[in-house]
Amino acid sequence: MTEKFDAVVVGAGPAGATAALVLAQAGLKVALVERGETPGAKNMSGGALYYSEVLHKLVPDFWHEAPVERYITRHTTTFLTPTASLSLDFKDTDFGHPPYNGFTLLRAKFDRWYAQKAQQAGALLIPETVVDDLLWADGKVVGIKTRRDEGELYADVVIVADGANSLLAEKARLRDKTSPADFAVAAKELLALPRRTIEERFNLSPDEGVASEFVGSCTEGIQGGAFLYTNKASISIGIVANLNRLRESKLSIAELLDSFKEHPVLKELLKGATIKEYSGHLIPEGGLKAMPRLYGDGIILVGDAAGLVYSTGLVLEGMNFAIASGFAAAEAAKKARQAGDFSKKSLAYYETLLNGSFVLQDLKNFRRTPGLLAKSRLYELYPALACGTAHRLFRVDGQPRKRWLALVKDEMRGRISLLQAVKDIIKAWRALL
Amino acid sequence: MIIEDKLRQTRFSVDEVPHIRVNSEVCQDCADKPCLYVCPVQNYTLKDGEVTFIWHSCVECGACRIACLKGAIDWSYPRGGFGVCLRYG
Ligand SMILES: Cc1cc2nc3c(=O)[nH]c(=O)nc-3n(C[C@H](O)[C@H](O)[C@H](O)COP(=O)(O)OP(=O)(O)OC[C@H]3O[C@@H](n4cnc5c(N)ncnc54)[C@H](O)[C@@H]3O)c2cc1C
Ligand code: SF4
Ligand code: SF4
Repeated sequence: MTEKFDAVVVGAGPAGATAALVLAQAGLKVALVERGETPGAKNMSGGALYYSEVLHKLVPDFWHEAPVERYITRHTTTFLTPTASLSLDFKDTDFGHPPYNGFTLLRAKFDRWYAQKAQQAGALLIPETVVDDLLWADGKVVGIKTRRDEGELYADVVIVADGANSLLAEKARLRDKTSPADFAVAAKELLALPRRTIEERFNLSPDEGVASEFVGSCTEGIQGGAFLYTNKASISIGIVANLNRLRESKLSIAELLDSFKEHPVLKELLKGATIKEYSGHLIPEGGLKAMPRLYGDGIILVGDAAGLVYSTGLVLEGMNFAIASGFAAAEAAKKARQAGDFSKKSLAYYETLLNGSFVLQDLKNFRRTPGLLAKSRLYELYPALACGTAHRLFRVDGQPRKRWLALVKDEMRGRISLLQAVKDIIKAWRALL
Repeated sequence: MIIEDKLRQTRFSVDEVPHIRVNSEVCQDCADKPCLYVCPVQNYTLKDGEVTFIWHSCVECGACRIACLKGAIDWSYPRGGFGVCLRYG
């Protein structure tokens, strides 16, 4: 299959499918190469696709046809200790109107649908095909080498959308080294539960969904957290933890998920649920500092392969970043084609576009959060302080009551100094506000 | 719940050839053995002080590849269409 394309896209996740769709719409000859049996067969996420202007533009009112599960109207963030939980619970039915703030979804279904959109626009989908390497000529990328007989594909530009574990970003020498400090691993279970039960347990109207994050004892105090999303008739539940922290603490990601499910609060919510699928995935969480170079001669990195994930601890967003970056890459490739120049200099337009959009602006504005999130107190001490203070606040034991500030001080005594707590607050302030 | 039970409902199409190979000689000098902790399906286990590895139930996340700093792991994706095949994701 020695063939020349205008563009070859590697990976049919949201980043790659977007790039292929936009290029095909512009009339370019584009191949979308995917190693899975179908697009999505290898892909997993927690499950919330937040508002994406690009997707709205490419497929207006996409939720009518896309396999989305529930629109999210409720967000919860919960501090956990082994016996207690303290939550921030936000619900706004205003999120339940078009264009919707976010949807829960299952990637095997969604990605397949989205890649079909690219196909319908004219992109050639090549599934069940692993890309092993890039083809080079005069120091420029000129195509890809697939693990098939005569599996070379030539193209003016290669868009690398192969996800968090991007072997091609390394092969392209756009990423110098991958450090375990910059990655988290996730373990997830998909649990079946009847629709009505979900709505009753999670206080939801039909079609409404909840996105929940947990910090604290779910990772035994190490950097990471847990999540729970409601789908139509199933629940997505999982644990995320930093690779280095797992090593240092000798905690197994698989076992953390098991003990999270045993937490008294979770146990009630999951009663009667049966497992339908188990999966694992990487998350690039190093932020701006860990970002590879985004392009080279004849090549552009998009989505997770480029490390474009936004994580503040409250939310983890990557799909909307993947879609926006896939779009920007396609626009840069179109411009390069007009100029007949696919050099690094010409493709720099990709970064210009990302700089002008939320993609790099969010990562820059929140560049301090990866540092903040690496602080262990956030996962160990603060959840315990919060739950401990609440415990004292609500406990009725026949003794005279203390004023609230005294309660907090009691909780902090011997665990953290006021000065250190104030320093932490200032750091969080600078990183987030 | 043990991993094998969890994976019972997860679809796999296992190739005859392993896509990941571990040079366990290198593992002997590895103090921390991060692979034991980062693998979501616990493919790396310690038996009599030695790291053993199975690959059939690999969910292809790449965590071991990045966590192992000793270069003991020869890591690649399974052949196209083989390996884990998620129905939900
Ligand atoms: C547990 C978890 C929870 C998450 N929660 C959220 C969330 O709630 N909201 C959100 O927005 N984001 C979330 N994310 C992040 C989000 O999933 C990613 O940012 C997003 O999927 C990135 O899209 P992508 O297209 O860049 O990569 P991917 O979706 O990973 O797609 C990469 C594609 O490339 C293919 N591929 C890889 N290598 C090759 C190769 N060599 N040859 C051929 N094909 C190849 C893969 O099979 C895959 O289809 C979560 C991630 C995880 C792991
Ligand atoms: S991390 Fe690498 S070297 Fe260490 S035990 Fe695991 S595979 Fe062996
Ligand atoms: S790739 Fe992931 S699932 Fe496979 S062996 Fe490595 S850590 Fe385990």
